[in-house]
Amino acid sequence: MANTASPADPTRRDFLYLTTGAMGVVGTAAALWPFIDQMNPDASTRALASIEVDIGAIEPGQSITVQWRGKPVFIRNRTPEEIEAAKSVPLAELRDPLARNDNAAADADASDANRATDGMENILVMVGVCTHLGCIPLGQQGEYGGWFCPCHGSHYDTAGRIRKGPAPENMHVPVYTFVNDTRLRIG
Amino acid sequence: MSGHSTYEPRTGVEKWLERRLPIVRLMHDTAVSYPTPRNLNYFWTFGAILVFMLVVQILTGVVLAMHYAANSAVAFQSVEAIMRDVNWGWLLRYMHANGASMFFIAVFIHMFKAMYYGSYKEPRELLWILGVIILLLMMATAFMGYVLPWGQMSFWGATVITNFFTAIPLVGEPIQTLLIGGFAVDNATLNRFFSLHYLLPFMIFGVVILHIWALHVSGQNNPLGIDTKSEKDTVPFTPYATLKDVFALVVFCLFFGWFLFFQPNYLGHPDNYIQANPLVTPAHIVPEWYFLPFYAILRAITFDIGPINSKLGGVIAMFGSIAILVFLPWLDTSKVRSARFRPLFKIFFWVFAITCVMLGWLGSRPAEGGYVLAAQLFTAYYFAHFLIVLPLLGFLETPKPLPTSITDAVLAKNGGHAHPVGAAASPEKH
Repeated sequence: MANTASPADPTRRDFLYLTTGAMGVVGTAAALWPFIDQMNPDASTRALASIEVDIGAIEPGQSITVQWRGKPVFIRNRTPEEIEAAKSVPLAELRDPLARNDNAAADADASDANRATDGMENILVMVGVCTHLGCIPLGQQGEYGGWFCPCHGSHYDTAGRIRKGPAPENMHVPVYTFVNDTRLRIG
Repeated sequence: MSGHSTYEPRTGVEKWLERRLPIVRLMHDTAVSYPTPRNLNYFWTFGAILVFMLVVQILTGVVLAMHYAANSAVAFQSVEAIMRDVNWGWLLRYMHANGASMFFIAVFIHMFKAMYYGSYKEPRELLWILGVIILLLMMATAFMGYVLPWGQMSFWGATVITNFFTAIPLVGEPIQTLLIGGFAVDNATLNRFFSLHYLLPFMIFGVVILHIWALHVSGQNNPLGIDTKSEKDTVPFTPYATLKDVFALVVFCLFFGWFLFFQPNYLGHPDNYIQANPLVTPAHIVPEWYFLPFYAILRAITFDIGPINSKLGGVIAMFGSIAILVFLPWLDTSKVRSARFRPLFKIFFWVFAITCVMLGWLGSRPAEGGYVLAAQLFTAYYFAHFLIVLPLLGFLETPKPLPTSITDAVLAKNGGHAHPVGAAASPEKH
């Protein structure tokens, strides 16, 4: 067997085999992609990007829930006491040190100022989804007077920050702007 | 075990087929002349019961799909219409819903039987692994089926389970979005779950064929866990196993029928008769009973383990509790199969069985106080059973002496009749 021609030198035919095979793999992957990507959100789902909400009727201490991208969004008009309670918490005591606010820098700390908007700090806007496994926390409940998730027992404070329980992160604040004093645009 | 075929085509049709597609021979060798150990007990009937349940689920599912509408606007109403308007709809739906529970009862008994009698050991490792794959497919099918009625538990179960994937670092959220087809569980999710719920049972059917094929290559294990050594150790599948399976099936159907006709909603959850509401989470989310042990393991990890946070840790532990079964044939270091000859293993087997039941109970309790601690202890023991107890037992335990053959053991037990009453009776007529 040692006398047969050495396979060390690739021939023109080897080259053709390899390139044909490589093109076959690329072609198969390209054909497969539509079958996977069709599962991603379709155009009509992606189109529901922003909504406008009238917040003029929310009295201090009240909150409303609106639906945005199929998820509930909590809008709470906080009382001065609730804001004070949230502000007085030392940052070192927080389970999640990040603000999780899409309107602020990604590494902003989770102080109350970074959770709300300057000048409208009584209005707290959050995606009302527990960061543990996606349940909807109940408002004005729990050990910190904020939210309590009944599924697996997560407690959030009056700035929507995780304080106790299995959830890993503060509730997320979506991108929003105040159109005027009583209208809010989410998204 | 699959020795020479004893089939001989007799009729013209059989002879015609034999030269073209010997399917009658295949059926004969598989279900008639196939030799089964003569000492099988009733735990060995659950394979046939499971095949029956798969057929029941596919038949009832196909006809339910003729009346069900997979659209979030009408799905809930269409299920209620099946219950009220469709002829026999109530019966078909209750058969399908309770059938899922019966399927899992049978599969759990089937698995514990395999564990007790060491049916996963050489040369049946692949047979066992195919079984684990079937279990995983069953769990996926059951989960997606439970979403279809679009009740509160459907919706929130789907939300919680698909949120498992967000625990994966970096790619978790894109994967979850891909799975549910939106930013929250919605119509797109319902549609694809219906499509997959219809597809997966046929995949199960395919793996079942492989499972039975593997079984017929290695032959059935038996309560003694020793190999069959001669023809005297076996009886033909038909009529011995066939009729025993049919009798067990009738008894199983009585059990099924009791739930079906007297307690059709006992195994379900009342919250699922409330239509899905994306803005209100039920006070207490509980999965179907057959997922409870795994759910308890998920919730038991409330602490961070190094860089792994509690959420990812829980998901890893839950999937790990099933994945570890794949390695069972190699984690159990004992060469002796049956627990009858393993005095220590027998004790640990029952401790493990009780652990699984306790995890199931804890999964149904709220995740607070002493329940969490208990779930953590039982979760630790669940993994210790596979990773510590089983590997060590093989070295520490002195098994009892094994009988020389199945026939010897059976005869010793029954007072030593020279001929087995069943199998060898027919040669005398020749």
